[in-house]
Amino acid sequence: MKYLLIEDNTELAQAIGARLQIDGHVMDHADNFADAVSFSNSGDYDLILLDIMLPDGDGTDFLAHHRASHKDTPVIVLTARSQVSDRVNMLDLGADDYMTKPFDHAELEARCRAVLRRKSGSTQTVIRLADVEFDPVAGYLKVSGEKRTLRNRELRLLEVFMNAPGQIFSKQKLVDRLFSYDNDVSENAIEVYVARVRKHLEDSSLSITTARGMGYRLDSE
Amino acid sequence: MANVSGSLRNRLVITLIVGVAFLSLLLYFAVRDYAAKIALQSQDSILRASVISILDTASIQQGKVELDIPYSSFSMLNTLTDDRIFYAIYQNEKLLSGYDNLSIPPIDEGSKSNYQSTHFLNVPIRQVTASRILVGADVRTKVTATIAQTQDSLSGTLSKISRTAALYGAGFFMLAVLLSLWAASTAIRPLKNLANSVARRGPQDLSPVSNQVPSEMGPLVSSFNKLMMRLEKSFSQSEEFIAEAAHRVRTPLSTVRSHAEATLQRVEKEENRQAVRSMIRAIDESSRASTQLLDHAMITFRANQLEYHTIDLVDLVTEIVRSLSPVADMKHVELRLSGDSSVTVSGDSTLIQNAVSNIIDNALKYSPTESEVNVKVLANPTPRVEVTDQGSGFPADQIESVTTRFARGRNAEGTIGSGLGLTIARDVVDAHGGKLTIDNHPQGGACVIFSL
Repeated sequence: MKYLLIEDNTELAQAIGARLQIDGHVMDHADNFADAVSFSNSGDYDLILLDIMLPDGDGTDFLAHHRASHKDTPVIVLTARSQVSDRVNMLDLGADDYMTKPFDHAELEARCRAVLRRKSGSTQTVIRLADVEFDPVAGYLKVSGEKRTLRNRELRLLEVFMNAPGQIFSKQKLVDRLFSYDNDVSENAIEVYVARVRKHLEDSSLSITTARGMGYRLDSE
Repeated sequence: MANVSGSLRNRLVITLIVGVAFLSLLLYFAVRDYAAKIALQSQDSILRASVISILDTASIQQGKVELDIPYSSFSMLNTLTDDRIFYAIYQNEKLLSGYDNLSIPPIDEGSKSNYQSTHFLNVPIRQVTASRILVGADVRTKVTATIAQTQDSLSGTLSKISRTAALYGAGFFMLAVLLSLWAASTAIRPLKNLANSVARRGPQDLSPVSNQVPSEMGPLVSSFNKLMMRLEKSFSQSEEFIAEAAHRVRTPLSTVRSHAEATLQRVEKEENRQAVRSMIRAIDESSRASTQLLDHAMITFRANQLEYHTIDLVDLVTEIVRSLSPVADMKHVELRLSGDSSVTVSGDSTLIQNAVSNIIDNALKYSPTESEVNVKVLANPTPRVEVTDQGSGFPADQIESVTTRFARGRNAEGTIGSGLGLTIARDVVDAHGGKLTIDNHPQGGACVIFSL
């Protein structure tokens, strides 16, 4: 997916960009209001991440501009202000969601997915591999025309494999991608989700194989 | 409330009354004294006239002094109370007529007569003495006459005057007391009006006092207005400060967190990964703590000046559930909303939203994966939000203490939190006069009821 990040803190923007890249996304970065407007006018983005504190204009101005130009690209506001009143204000101005910094990338992804799902039809996020069609936003898998619905962690797990077929992922790495950090999760928990994804992939040419002692990888016959 | 010592009105009234009492006594004595002097003067002049009329009849006949005491001399001294009269007439040192034991006071050179109050036969008397030099062919002699009168009539008159003076004094006193009561309440009235208009203010009214006040109260009112201005300024500064503090703390934290997350995906060595993971957890912990500390500060600060609005609890909770559902989804937790279709309450929507968010967020945090969190909004018996989860519930012996600041349930180990979530909820409920009930569900799991 293609993201536009509007954020005046370059350090933070780089960090977010690096993280998004790992998940196979592309990100453009605008660090001021003027760039943000020209980027959003020229580029075709799936999602805009907006910091509300900008050096040359408030993020709320961008929101107003964005809504006035009838663009339906969803906007998720990122802010260090946590007051509920700020939050309500943002949603009233037309933001699709709101996240308080610092945020969990897994949660950001979940929120992006939720926002994109609400605006369904506007984006094409389908990944095709062999005879499998996978839409991580809508949350389904099509194997020879048969639609199978996946839940959040199954989705995320399959997304990791589909973005890098043949690559081996250790259990621990997968745990870090699937779970947020606020709970202690044992590596074995991943086995449950691998088993479920395997079940979803039945009758397809794709399969998740165990690389003994190393982890899992996605193979195609 | 206030450190009260005495009453200004009473103090004023007492001061005025003491002053008036003193003046009344002064008036009483002055009138009595003056009246007594006048009475004495009239007695003196009659006595003197009587003495003169006796002396006038004195003459020298063949070298001998002759006197003819006229009847009128004594009749003019008649009084209602039949005062007694004593007299004595001397030629030089020789008693011619009268009481020999009635002593004659010396008459000063230059004055023609002597007036004195003395006692005769143990009775108080007023005595007037005068003398005259008689000159004959070859004789020169001095005749002295003295007349004294008892003072029964005078003291009768005096006591009558005293009574009248006392009556006037008392009347003056009563009138002055009434006057001072009226004066005191008139003087106090602007103060009372000011106190009333300040007491009637709403909790959010920090506007300056505009009452017209007497000049003496000017400094008080202007200090009060300055205080109000400072208070308002410090209120708005606190809000600003809280927002700014949040921004300053969180922005660098989020840079570190994003870097750490990206790094975690790149490093291979397990011990390094472990280190980065604990870094992320520490960041989450501090950011969550900062959020809740600031929220808590905001609530403590706002609890004294709630902004009451009519709000639909269902709309409010629906919005919270919508915003938290991606979080629930991440854990495969089913976040369900049910209950009445509309529940209207009066309250501070910012605070209620904050409290309910914290309760639901808490439930999600302690929910096991693949479980349910049920949120119910009900209008009866009181408007309420019930949040039940399928986690391990609160340890029975800690149900009482989980809402105390920074206290966390024993089972919270391994979960990030500051221990302020339920404290915030309870503070909000308390500020609205409601009740926060914390319990475990019979089927297991925690049940928190936020009732307004």
